[in-house]
Amino acid sequence: MDRGSDAESGRDSYACRRDPEDARVNALLTRVGNGDAEAFAGVYDAFAGPVMSLVFRVLRDRAQAEEVTQEVMVEVWRTADRFDPERGAARSLVLTLAHRRAVDRVRTAVAARARELRSVACEQERPFDTVGEEVEVREEHRLVFRCVAELTEQLRVPLMLAYYEGLTYAEVAHSLAAPTGTIKSRLRQGLRHLRDCLEART
Amino acid sequence: MNEVDPHLDVGAYVLHALPPEEEAAFENHLASCPQCRREVEDLTGRAVQLGTAVESQTPPPELRSRVLQQITEVRQDHVVSEERRDRSAASVMRRHRFRQRVFKLALAPSVAAAVALGGVASWQHTLAEDAQGQVAEAHAKTDALTGVLAAPDATISTAKLADGAHASVVASRTHGQAAFIASNLPQLTGHQVYELWYSKAGQFRPAGLLPGAGHQAQVLQGQLKGATAVGITVEPTGGSPQPTSDPLSILKVPA
Repeated sequence: MDRGSDAESGRDSYACRRDPEDARVNALLTRVGNGDAEAFAGVYDAFAGPVMSLVFRVLRDRAQAEEVTQEVMVEVWRTADRFDPERGAARSLVLTLAHRRAVDRVRTAVAARARELRSVACEQERPFDTVGEEVEVREEHRLVFRCVAELTEQLRVPLMLAYYEGLTYAEVAHSLAAPTGTIKSRLRQGLRHLRDCLEART
Repeated sequence: MNEVDPHLDVGAYVLHALPPEEEAAFENHLASCPQCRREVEDLTGRAVQLGTAVESQTPPPELRSRVLQQITEVRQDHVVSEERRDRSAASVMRRHRFRQRVFKLALAPSVAAAVALGGVASWQHTLAEDAQGQVAEAHAKTDALTGVLAAPDATISTAKLADGAHASVVASRTHGQAAFIASNLPQLTGHQVYELWYSKAGQFRPAGLLPGAGHQAQVLQGQLKGATAVGITVEPTGGSPQPTSDPLSILKVPA
């Protein structure tokens, strides 16, 4: 695979920031790939909380969030052999999988769908209401909150609906009465602006 | 706005906001677009940061023991070759992707476990993907199977049989049903058949015949009721009202 310059440097700066912890769990997950169940317990302890938190944020149902967390962690075990630290950190892999499975669940569960549609009107800003309630908000969280808050509403709302509510771009477009192409473009722009903001502050 | 620009999908892709068929199309595009792959990697990092910036939830301690218990029963997929991203493997996976995705959407984790426990995990990765496709086909044919496998309370028991065969029973008390999934069942002589049984307190109740050997997946006939185990025996063609041979395996069904 050929290597480019701009996107590359951005990823590196992100990877470096978490270096010691990332290196530790990357090494654990590599061992899990070789069938090391003890290492898996370490991977579980590192990620079950973040996975559960993200999945709960999307599903808003504790029982379902637990089920999906279990599903995700078992899938991490099952597919660990595919993990290649050169291609990205374990954290990124596991949380991406968790988001995928949470979204899958939202899209299968009729009740969850109803929940989403109800939530569209009133809960767009929800993830940021909770900032003050967190006993311990890590510096990175604060930074993400700040950068999301700095997005224009045009970019922020579609990003929130897609990522935290699990809506497809077409559903986002429908709920905002905007053309689908516009929404696709805003989702991409939103992530890019977020990246620029995060990079500028680190 | 350029509607035909395939790169446009990159944001929606990273956010898991494309419907399955468009996601598959974008992944096809990715295969030939290194620039898009870099952007996907980069933006995925940002999505992950969104994913960590949420209110924390603490998983219950039982979840840890459940997961650690479950992994002792789930075989790992092993990547045989570093070429797992090569074009031929990618195209095989792509061919099955849509079907698999429907399958993954519809079925609970127990199915992935069932497939793995069916002995598929030792296959090469792409073959495993094919096998999931086969289960997906079985699923299309048999809603009942899907119902059991996808039940939220589905439990799974697994056993190794002789000759490298594996058997699993996925049972749902709420559905009152159980599914039997096996791989590598040895061929029988022309006058024999595999028969399934519900078992309780040493009593056996016929639960259907398997249509053949090799890989099998079917819902047991009759209701689970109070059965505490599922057995499999070899019987004369046509089956028997009671087992006439020792069970090849008895798989426990958790209460």
